[in-house]
Amino acid sequence: MKSREIVKRIFWEPLVIISRDKAGLIGFIFLLSILLLSFVGPYFVKLDTEVKLDKIYQFPSREHILGTDNQGRDIFSQIVNGGRDVIIVAFLAGLISTLIAVSLGSLSAYAGGFTDTVIMFITEIILTIPQFPLLAVLAAFVRLTNPTMLAFIIGFLGWPALARAIRSQVLSIKERDYIEAARVLDLGRMHIIFSEILPNMLSYIVISLIMAMTGAVYSQVGLIILGLVPFYGHNWGLMIQLAWTRGAIFYKGSIFYILSPIIAIVLFQWSAVTFTRSLEGIFNPRLRAGE
Amino acid sequence: MEDRAIIQLDHVSKSFTVRSGIFGGRKNMQVIGDLSLSIGRGEVLCLVGESGCGKTTTGKLIVGLIKPTSGRILFEGKDIWSMNNEEFKDYRKAVQIIHQDPYSSLNPVHRIYNILSAPLFRHGLVRNRSEAEEKVLDLLDRVDLTPPGDFIYKYPHQLSGGQRQRVAIARSLTLNPKFIVADEAVSMLDVSIRLSIIELLRRLKEEMNVTFLFITHDLAMAKYFGWEGRIAVMYLGRIVEIGPTPRVIENPLHPYTKALLMAIPEADPQVTRNKTPMKLRSLDIPSLLNLPPGCSFNPRCPFWIEGTCDKEVPDMYEPENDHYVSCFLFRGK
Amino acid sequence: MTREILNIENLFVEYSNIRGKVKAVRGVNLKLYKGENLALIGESGSGKTTLGTAIIRLLPSSGYIKDGRIVYKGNGNEYDISKFSEKELRQFRWKEIAMVFQSALNSFNPVLKVWDQIYDTARAHGISNRNFVKERAISLLRYVQLDPERVINSYPHELSGGMRQRVLIAMSLLLEPKILILDEPTTALDILTQRNIIELLRTIKADMGLSMIFISHDLSLAAELADRVAVMYAGAIVELGSVEDIFYRPKHPYTLGLIKAVPTVTAGFRELYSIPGSPPDLINLTPGCKFAPRCEYKNSVCEKDEPMLVEVGQDHFVACFRHKEIGNGR
Ligand SMILES: Nc1ncnc2c1ncn2[C@@H]1O[C@H](COP(=O)(O)OP(=O)(O)OP(=O)(O)O)[C@@H](O)[C@H]1O
Ligand SMILES: Nc1ncnc2c1ncn2[C@@H]1O[C@H](COP(=O)(O)OP(=O)(O)O)[C@@H](O)[C@H]1O
Ligand code: SF4
Ligand code: SF4
Ligand SMILES: [Mg+2]
Ligand SMILES: [Mg+2]
Repeated sequence: MKSREIVKRIFWEPLVIISRDKAGLIGFIFLLSILLLSFVGPYFVKLDTEVKLDKIYQFPSREHILGTDNQGRDIFSQIVNGGRDVIIVAFLAGLISTLIAVSLGSLSAYAGGFTDTVIMFITEIILTIPQFPLLAVLAAFVRLTNPTMLAFIIGFLGWPALARAIRSQVLSIKERDYIEAARVLDLGRMHIIFSEILPNMLSYIVISLIMAMTGAVYSQVGLIILGLVPFYGHNWGLMIQLAWTRGAIFYKGSIFYILSPIIAIVLFQWSAVTFTRSLEGIFNPRLRAGE
Repeated sequence: MEDRAIIQLDHVSKSFTVRSGIFGGRKNMQVIGDLSLSIGRGEVLCLVGESGCGKTTTGKLIVGLIKPTSGRILFEGKDIWSMNNEEFKDYRKAVQIIHQDPYSSLNPVHRIYNILSAPLFRHGLVRNRSEAEEKVLDLLDRVDLTPPGDFIYKYPHQLSGGQRQRVAIARSLTLNPKFIVADEAVSMLDVSIRLSIIELLRRLKEEMNVTFLFITHDLAMAKYFGWEGRIAVMYLGRIVEIGPTPRVIENPLHPYTKALLMAIPEADPQVTRNKTPMKLRSLDIPSLLNLPPGCSFNPRCPFWIEGTCDKEVPDMYEPENDHYVSCFLFRGK
Repeated sequence: MTREILNIENLFVEYSNIRGKVKAVRGVNLKLYKGENLALIGESGSGKTTLGTAIIRLLPSSGYIKDGRIVYKGNGNEYDISKFSEKELRQFRWKEIAMVFQSALNSFNPVLKVWDQIYDTARAHGISNRNFVKERAISLLRYVQLDPERVINSYPHELSGGMRQRVLIAMSLLLEPKILILDEPTTALDILTQRNIIELLRTIKADMGLSMIFISHDLSLAAELADRVAVMYAGAIVELGSVEDIFYRPKHPYTLGLIKAVPTVTAGFRELYSIPGSPPDLINLTPGCKFAPRCEYKNSVCEKDEPMLVEVGQDHFVACFRHKEIGNGR
């Protein structure tokens, strides 16, 4: 394939397909904006840390487009600077759960027998332990000094449901006639897993990754709000927690302070979920344009 | 016959464990019961029977996709499940299958080139891309996908059902097989396309001297493809009649075969409207989970002999040379 | 005397999908006479089901009638079904025309017992007298040779394919329609069950004098039951005639090919012949005769104009420029 063709297949066609599904397109645009805002925005909008007692709880104005907080700091700058860590932790955690889930799920389905039984037993056990309380307890014991640590813990606890789903996907693909044909042609186990089964699950895996990310956002923010993860820095979760503990709900003027991070989180989650809907089309070769 | 046999089934049976009902426990369901069969080199054996009677299971047993619960399957005289690695590899290459559904038998993520070249590379039949391309083009040409250059880099979804089936056939030929199981290879295709695929299979059989197990529920296709070979009629996991095609079609012996031939709707108004179907005792097909004792056909058979057919399982009798039937009406004949 | 009960005039049906417009039915003209069996044959995708569902206006949401009329003649009046409102349709479907859909399993709601489905159908069409429906259902189920008590209390998955098909046929007769459309009524059934359904349909026809339209890609169903046969190719009728004309004196190269492509079991050997190529893409249709790319009789005219149906014998119509040259059957 010429490089132009590759560019077309990887970048142009997916865009064409996304643009066909209205909701998916809106999700995509929002997601892109939030990512830009959180990763590029901080270079332009510095986090406002200066306490200005004369500007407490101001309503949105030209100067502070989302108003100010309980110490007169600009809320918008906090939103812009508070997304990066949340998203990175979510992405890492999602990646870790997905990796574990794909490996264990497909191994379990493909090997069958005793291996399957053992893996599924472990999965069931982790699945029956209530996630959030466990996280809370863990957080209390392990000193979570940085975001990566948090991502690992959330990721390690988040894979079982996905592993089960992957297992059943692999089981169903394993029954397809083309897998049988590959077995009869003696193409080998590695070829069957990596060349016949996994490519068919790519869309499912990417969608699962995004879903795992959204799950990780909730776990993370939840832990921070409860004050169980005292990691420093600045993020949306911390904003909510601060707003909450400073009794923001008692002041009428604080509405923007508490709502802004919540809306940011909800928008991020919503656009990620909506966007995944149009992913199906990108991975399905039948829907690809121009063929 | 025995020394010419390429595939033999020796008292093979196969059971699956199934859940019966939502709360029901696990049950053993015998799908194939005590099947013995010998297929000669270069022969066409047609396996006919209705949906769910065990044809595909028989095919999968023969190509070694599933293991029999009991009994042996012999390839060129050797039990495939006690072969050493080397022998098993040779058997794997020699025995191929063509599936029924051309939409699920080709992996949608691969181009035709990749589908056909993977086995060639794996078994060292080609060494580099240009050799592979040449071989793939040759295979496509052999299954009449011409000009082959138009097809080699397409994806399966860009082909019609008939073209996909040709690709599936080409794939079954990549390793120069000696034996091919064609499992309902044309029944998902359109009427106007079926015949050309049948003709292709016939030509390949002659050119490459391949032995065929041709599985179908369509007696007319079996007759057409297997006129020079034999037909085996299957009912609920057992072969009830087997013999040379012309004799089974023109002089069916087993009541079930007779019922089928008398009932089959045909594409000729005069022929089909003058049929007098056999009056069966029941329309219900017994469940494999709950097979009737004795001859499995006895609850429906108008000729059943009370006290015999519902108690004992009939053996295979040979009332005519090479024409076998499993029915008490022919005991001692 | 044969009187027409349904008259389809110049009907066009399209589906819109992401690739474009699928022209599934193109300019169909077809009459159905009282008490006759008409078979609609043709290969997969030729538009048979679309034509059938257009008649009772149950096209999927992406499908619509582009042009043409579907005139139903009953109770001394004429109605254009294609102009009916939803309310009128509810009065009309199942009472005047009923349809048994392709793939019997999918036609059922898997979580409802057979009786609930029967009663729902009746209620949806304005009949809510429980006892009346029950009596009628029981007698119809018995009529289709089922054990009513057992079947009525079963879930669909508890019935075999043949039983489900018989239940659907019984349900379609619930409101005594004048026309019954059956889409692939025997496809995917065992041979012995197929025979049984065929005999059942014969009896129904003899007892009730309905008009029936059979849709099938299986020529043998037409050979069994049809009085007249319409052959569809790429959304249009290419040949229409009595069952004898179609099977023994086909005049369209496609019909000839179809008939010659199907082997028989009990009849003697006949020479078989396969049609090369595959059907056209209904989104990007080329001008001229749609069969031309596969036709061994085609000439230069065929690729320019599309042939119209012309009468070539009594009640025998063919859409082919060269019909005079097509061999006289076998
Ligand atoms: N819901 C739909 N949306 C878009 N296109 C459709 C839809 N249903 C059918 N079609 C297209 O319309 C054409 C005619 O389809 P139809 O189902 O009427 O064919 P048929 O003759 O009944 O085929 P079969 O023998 O497979 O049942 C086909 O090209 C089909 O792909
Ligand atoms: N893997 C399986 N597990 C359980 N039952 C099976 C399995 N494969 C086939 N069967 C059952 O065995 C019977 C025979 O199936 P099959 O050989 O596919 O029949 P045919 O090819 O004649 O239609 C059917 O009742 C089918 O449901
Ligand atoms: S053994 Fe008896 S029941 Fe079975 S087919 Fe023969 S006569 Fe009929
Ligand atoms: S019109 Fe021409 S191309 Fe079409 S069927 Fe007749 S001869 Fe063939
Ligand atoms: Mg099968
Ligand atoms: Mg249809």
